[in-house]
Amino acid sequence: MNKFFPAKVFDRLQGLLVPVLLLALWQYLSSQAIINPQILPAPTAVIAKWWEYLLPTEAFDPAKSGYLAWFFSGEMIRDAYASLYRVAVGFFIGGILALPLGLMMGANDRIYKLFNPLIQVLRPIPPIAFIPLSILWFGLGNPPAIFLIVLGAFFPILMNTIAGVRHVDGIYIRAARSLGASQTTMFLRVMLPAATPYILTGARIGVGTAFIVVIVAEMIAVNNGLGYRILEAREFFWSDKIIAGMFTIGLLGLAIDTGMNRLNNYLLKWHRGIENK
Amino acid sequence: MTGRPHIQISKVSKIFSTGGREVIALEDINLDVQPGEFICLLGPSGCGKSTLLNAVAGFSSPTSGTITVSGQSVREPGPDRGMVFQEYALFPWMTVEKNIAFGLEIKKLPGTKIREKVGALLDMLNLQDFRDRYPKDLSGGMRQRVAIARVLALDSPIMLMDEPFGALDSLTRRNLQDELLRIWMEFRKTIIFVTHSIEESIYLADRIVVMTYRPGKIKKVVSVTMARPRDPSSVEFNDLKKELSLLVMEEQSRHNQEQTRLPTAE
Repeated sequence: MNKFFPAKVFDRLQGLLVPVLLLALWQYLSSQAIINPQILPAPTAVIAKWWEYLLPTEAFDPAKSGYLAWFFSGEMIRDAYASLYRVAVGFFIGGILALPLGLMMGANDRIYKLFNPLIQVLRPIPPIAFIPLSILWFGLGNPPAIFLIVLGAFFPILMNTIAGVRHVDGIYIRAARSLGASQTTMFLRVMLPAATPYILTGARIGVGTAFIVVIVAEMIAVNNGLGYRILEAREFFWSDKIIAGMFTIGLLGLAIDTGMNRLNNYLLKWHRGIENK
Repeated sequence: MTGRPHIQISKVSKIFSTGGREVIALEDINLDVQPGEFICLLGPSGCGKSTLLNAVAGFSSPTSGTITVSGQSVREPGPDRGMVFQEYALFPWMTVEKNIAFGLEIKKLPGTKIREKVGALLDMLNLQDFRDRYPKDLSGGMRQRVAIARVLALDSPIMLMDEPFGALDSLTRRNLQDELLRIWMEFRKTIIFVTHSIEESIYLADRIVVMTYRPGKIKKVVSVTMARPRDPSSVEFNDLKKELSLLVMEEQSRHNQEQTRLPTAE
């Protein structure tokens, strides 16, 4: 490759080849009316809709709100915010519950035996299956949605924390004991850091599950958020808006996962082999 | 080398029972280690030398017999017996500096004192340039230096070393052996050093304890009287090497026979 066309750029372009071809095919099929645009609108129509969904719904009026507030008043922004808020709260509560329990279960055999049977029974139930119960218990609105997200985040974090603590290499424990470490020091400065790679993997899976659950929960229990919006669009046969919403969901999911990955790399900079990931 | 022994091992036996089979790892071990003495435990793998070291360290207690350190019976691991492992056992989430400081922080020494001490050890072991690095960035030799510094930080009168240089290349190994001897002479530590290298044991030890293969017993204790630094190419060195080779090879062949007789035994 020459300097105007370095290998890196070439790699990127190569990765774009398949999506671009697919988009072209899609555009062709829709614009030639080979497929009914009600069923599959053209990519250009989807993009136009996405843009419209992103932009503020009303004209700027300084009397009503500041410029920034107006700028972020678009329907998509508000939906994305509502969804992210639920994920954040649910993930936080799930983590706060799962982490200490997982640490205790991993470190103490008696506590493990006490809780493990219950967890093994509850864990295979998909959070989605809790929807009827959550509505019965919490009604409609944020509480049932957040309850489901808590469930979705809780189990991956719990299981990975338990595994992390149980897999701490015995050599670290022996070294720490011979250096005179107390129980507390052993727990906080040896077991916990040694288990962090597992715990962070659990957190990453947990936040991914939480994001799946929020979309489903919004289709059922609340009347805003990205999940609600695409279901609402179906009622009106706005297939372009459905796809635009799905696209937003995908982008947001990607952003969350990238963020978690960055956080992992930062927290695990001591970890062998992480720099290549 | 008289007076009260620093470490006293008397009538120590250790039996492991695995899968209904009993393995006598140690049988009737008696050994007195004097203060400041450098002891090497030598033998083929499976002769119980690491088991004995772990018992002195307090990681496992003998089935019968007693081990005392400075007159006190050993019950659990403690910072008076610094342990250096073959696998280094550095904490990978701590920098070099933090690893060395860990034991001192447990002792709750004031921060300035810790920094001073860690700084001196970094200088002594040529680790200054690596103080903020994580163990994954270090070579095997460097890691073992950090592990030695971590033990030295505690001022433990005893150092227990379980094949510490076993995984290193021969040049690095010789380098660290010399460094260890320098440290030993400077601080007059009592050292028990496990190895299966005959040459290493002659190079380092005041006394070499040759162990038998299953049951692990003391086959012979050989005093090395050559002045240090010892020359591995000297006649004296090689005569001793020959003598020890015969002793060790006898045990090694018993080990091999057992391996072929019991191919499924671990």
